[in-house]
Amino acid sequence: MSDLLATLLSTRDWLMADGATGTNLFNMGLSSGDAPEMWNIEKADNIRKLYQGAVDAGSDIFLTNSFGANASRLKLHNLQGRTHELNKIAAELGREIADKAGRPVVVAGSMGPTGEIFAPMGSMTHEIAVEVFHEQAEGLKAGGADVLWVETISAAEEFRAAAEAARLAGMPWCGTMSFDTAGRTMMGITSASLADLVEKLPHPPLAFGANCGVGASDLMRTILGFAAQGSALPIIAKGNAGIPKYHDGHIHYDGTPALMAEYAVLARDAGAKIIGGCCGTMPEHLRAMHEALMTRPRGPRPTLELIAEKLGGFSSASDGTGDDAGPVRRVRRRG
Amino acid sequence: MADDEIILSELSDDELVLQMHDDLYDGLKEEIEESVNILLERKWTPYDVLTKALVAGMTIVGYDFRDGILFVPEVLLAANAMKAGMFILKPLLAETGAPRMGKMVIGTVKGDIHDIGKNLVAMMMEGAGFEVRDLGINNSVEKYLAALEEDQPDILGMSALLTTTMPYMKVVIDTLKEKGLREEYIVLVGGAPLNEEFGKAIGADAYCRDAAVAVETAKQYMLRKHNAVAG
Repeated sequence: MSDLLATLLSTRDWLMADGATGTNLFNMGLSSGDAPEMWNIEKADNIRKLYQGAVDAGSDIFLTNSFGANASRLKLHNLQGRTHELNKIAAELGREIADKAGRPVVVAGSMGPTGEIFAPMGSMTHEIAVEVFHEQAEGLKAGGADVLWVETISAAEEFRAAAEAARLAGMPWCGTMSFDTAGRTMMGITSASLADLVEKLPHPPLAFGANCGVGASDLMRTILGFAAQGSALPIIAKGNAGIPKYHDGHIHYDGTPALMAEYAVLARDAGAKIIGGCCGTMPEHLRAMHEALMTRPRGPRPTLELIAEKLGGFSSASDGTGDDAGPVRRVRRRG
Repeated sequence: MADDEIILSELSDDELVLQMHDDLYDGLKEEIEESVNILLERKWTPYDVLTKALVAGMTIVGYDFRDGILFVPEVLLAANAMKAGMFILKPLLAETGAPRMGKMVIGTVKGDIHDIGKNLVAMMMEGAGFEVRDLGINNSVEKYLAALEEDQPDILGMSALLTTTMPYMKVVIDTLKEKGLREEYIVLVGGAPLNEEFGKAIGADAYCRDAAVAVETAKQYMLRKHNAVAG
């Protein structure tokens, strides 16, 4: 087991993670509908290029092309039998790029959600989710990943199951949720409740935070929410490069490299220690972010007003935390 | 338990209906089943039970979902309770020739395997009394067209979670136009990366931000459609 990320976290002031996986791969010609993980085998050079792009832009951490490589997602492509193999190769290709970087670079084994809803509303159970994540974790471990990187989670149950899987695999891990619904996750988790949840896990992550969601402003508000809980664990910020916009049959994210540079500096000032991008974040964005982090001094923790001024407004008036937690549930007549 | 304090069969009609709204809000399936049966025993028409108790109750759930007060788990529980009530009413509604709210064909577009949001819309539409045919994930234009032909719905709903799959909605709409079928249907689109501007750009009737908005929009368009026919 590698402790590279733990070492870097204890010796460095901030670390830069990578940007988008999907956006980059689609730009290289991946067709929507195909499992991106098949490219680990069929177009390995493109995956090398994806990883190399992040390393060359200054990333200290990059995520493997294995986001949807759990049996629950792969079965939609009838690839569930290849879970271990696809994860192992994703990590091996990462190892190859990281080991020749000439500086310490962390290979983070990406693990996305199962796509299933937990009981009693859905059919997923803790036991099955642990099994699904554990199988993926073992593949990533076999391929030489330094750390597991659980991302875009929206349910507390799923986060706990991933933590358990990391424990079973004997791997350090990081975990982020996607806060895309009025400042909460789709399942209603607030930044404050994730910070609480993380504290109580028997196998806590090396770092936790937020990825994806709605634009950089909303993500910054979530980071402030984590910081307000005063957790001792390092915070991760991986926001999208703006909002997807439609032009002549194509979609592009409207966040410029300059905006993402601004976001990176604000995220650090807000208390994030690992800073990266998510959808729409290309190598040119990463380069601008890296330069800003290297050259611009730390500032005071930004206010919501400053964030809105620099990055744009928020998608909702409240994010369910703090004194003004927004509207509350109607009063029940029963119990 | 405080639950025991409420004896549904002892409530007046008005109180019972309000209690059903609360019970839907709290996702209490068995209580909803019991209340539906009580109202039917009191000679309510199945249509009144549906609209005044269930649909009205789900409308409140929808508003609070839209306003960021309820989230997916609560809405799924509420929809589940609603469904249990509908299960009792469905055969009776058919027998009594109750008016239809409308019919929708819905599916996630080709290349996209995400379905949580789409399922939520389907459930909320059923909760609003619409008849829904769910085509599932990864639907080609041919599959949409075949379903439209077969079911003759009022509304076509398309969903996408990926920025790479959302342009496919335009392919479907353009094909409808080519075949002269576009005006036959109300086309509603939704999904996390979409926005109103996108909906307009591809020629949909409306973009719906979430399941609650989808229901409201569908109702408005159905009303306009009826008015157009009446006029």
